[in-house]
Amino acid sequence: MRTAPDTADAKSIAAAIRRSQTRERLRSFGLATPLLVLLLLSFGIPIAILLSRAIYDPTIANALPRTSVAMQSWSGNGIPDDETFNALAADLKANQQQGNISEFAKSLNARLPGARSQILKTARALDKEGVSDPASVVKSVPFWTSPATWSTIENGRHALTSFYLLSAVDLRWTADGSLERVPPEQAIFLRVFARTFLVAATVTLATLILGFPLAYLISSVPKTVGAILIIAVLLPFWTSILVRTAAWTVLLQKFGLVNDVLLWLGVTGTRLDLMYSRVGLIIAMTHIQLPFTLLPIYSVMRTIQPSQMRAAYSLGGRPLTSFLRVYLPQVVPGIMAGCLLTFILCLGYYITPALIGGAGDQLISNFIANYVNVELNWEMAAALSFILLVFTMALYAVFARVLGLDRLKPV
Amino acid sequence: MLLSPYPTIGERIRVTLLWLWGALVIAFLMVPILIPVPLSFNSGAFFVFPLEGFSTRWYEVVLGTDRWQTAIGNSLIIAFGTTALATALGTLTAIALSSEKFPARRIVMPLVISPLIVPVVITAVGSYLFYARVGLASTYVGIILAHTALASPFVVVTVGASLTGFDRNLMRAASISGAKPVVAFYRIMLPLILPGVLSGAAFAFVTSFDEVVVAQFLASANQRTMPLEMFIGLRERLSPAITAAATLMMLLSIILLVVANILTRRSVRKSKPTE
Repeated sequence: MRTAPDTADAKSIAAAIRRSQTRERLRSFGLATPLLVLLLLSFGIPIAILLSRAIYDPTIANALPRTSVAMQSWSGNGIPDDETFNALAADLKANQQQGNISEFAKSLNARLPGARSQILKTARALDKEGVSDPASVVKSVPFWTSPATWSTIENGRHALTSFYLLSAVDLRWTADGSLERVPPEQAIFLRVFARTFLVAATVTLATLILGFPLAYLISSVPKTVGAILIIAVLLPFWTSILVRTAAWTVLLQKFGLVNDVLLWLGVTGTRLDLMYSRVGLIIAMTHIQLPFTLLPIYSVMRTIQPSQMRAAYSLGGRPLTSFLRVYLPQVVPGIMAGCLLTFILCLGYYITPALIGGAGDQLISNFIANYVNVELNWEMAAALSFILLVFTMALYAVFARVLGLDRLKPV
Repeated sequence: MLLSPYPTIGERIRVTLLWLWGALVIAFLMVPILIPVPLSFNSGAFFVFPLEGFSTRWYEVVLGTDRWQTAIGNSLIIAFGTTALATALGTLTAIALSSEKFPARRIVMPLVISPLIVPVVITAVGSYLFYARVGLASTYVGIILAHTALASPFVVVTVGASLTGFDRNLMRAASISGAKPVVAFYRIMLPLILPGVLSGAAFAFVTSFDEVVVAQFLASANQRTMPLEMFIGLRERLSPAITAAATLMMLLSIILLVVANILTRRSVRKSKPTE
């Protein structure tokens, strides 16, 4: 027969349970660790390194060590003293001899267009035999006696820089330390961001207009018919973006099927240039994104009982009123999930604009790729990535918080 | 239930319009993925209708020339590597996440899914920068690692779905009967969630086999994958061989994903607790 519970035993049992739960927690975390480590190595760290390039650029500081020291006493107005010019001459000569001059010239040129040729010219002049007064050689090039040159160097000699991020939104520092818009001929990025958002919004709207009635149709027909119709949505969904883009490049050709049909219907009198156009891009992107918008809507619609609408009718609701007040409010989460997902994915489009869009239809991802592949300007690519990522992640956070990640199932 | 038992004329018109709209949208969805098929069997060198005659010459180009054969080989190496890695790691993570004891589930899940959301150009450029520093640039390992990040979310989600109906008591029963956790996993859990695992593997394979942006930044000239050859071909010289390659890729993805879908449905149905 048991007497009063032994408190010491109860305590040790509680401790044992806690220990075992901690062990279980650790074990379950241990199971997830390999994937988390892999994601860190092949996703987290690469992106962090890329983004760091947007704010950390030591090229100018490394190229001009002596000048950097000499400039510490500079007031920031006009041009610095002769000592700084001597230091600059020594730095330029050292760079020329070590073969680093073109890297420095490229970096300064990114901040001050036209600087490259001036730097290379000066460095060559300094490297000649028998230069007695290097400072005057530098000063004889008008580029070095311009205050704009020196305020650019002053900004650039700090390895941590806001220059590229500001450039990515068409802003820059003035000599007196305030922000201003860059001149219109250099202001390209806000336009590209605006274009990306406009294309994403247009495609989202188009997929909703096309997809909503079809989702409604599929969810209200008998199951077997619905299964056939949903396959028509899933087959393109399962085909890769590249293959679908390839199909559209074939269809949108001047002598392609779309033009054939438009001509046959008498919509147009002549063949249209749909390839390399905004219209062509939006048609192809709408085709690719349509299932992404439709499927979350459909998965909500099929949970709604048809008896609800019948009840609404029998209570005297007219079709439109019943639809708006009974049906639609229940579908709103699905509409939001589908549209938000399509909008987020559209912001990152790269393949389709590259193949179907014209020069004026390239989206922000295409500019990022171009800065990496063609211009070799990693800092600018990083800054544009930074801003694109901020928008994408903010919308993703909204999606996860408001709608829940369960709506992202790949059907 | 589209029509009520005694439909009015207005209702009939609305339903007819709905069907008409639905048919148009389905045509819009299906025609573009069907159009490369007849063109790939066309004997002519142009993408225009009417077709000139039946020929398999473009398939001979894709399956018979060195350039495409290398590309198909590369794609298979990378896709199989990615599938193995993503399926193993993704399954373990899904099991971990399905446990109520898992700490910080609300943080880990969005992180695991984020490679699907981050614009792939950013992932590709970042990997290019990082891999160049650690000596993984232009290696199969580098591309496989990057593809695994993109493919594993699918495995985590599909395996997770088949685990929702898995009865954890089975694992406790195995443990009480003396089975070590690894044995219990292989003998009890894995057979029950296998359809979900295979379906996740199919998604991983297709993700890697179709991927072109990461491959574009990470692959050297002799590591070009099939989609990368297609992308380059589309940019440079539009040849009907591309429609043959597109048809082959489309067939592969559709077959794999149809199988995956059937498996998922079966596993979710099977694992639902019986009343």
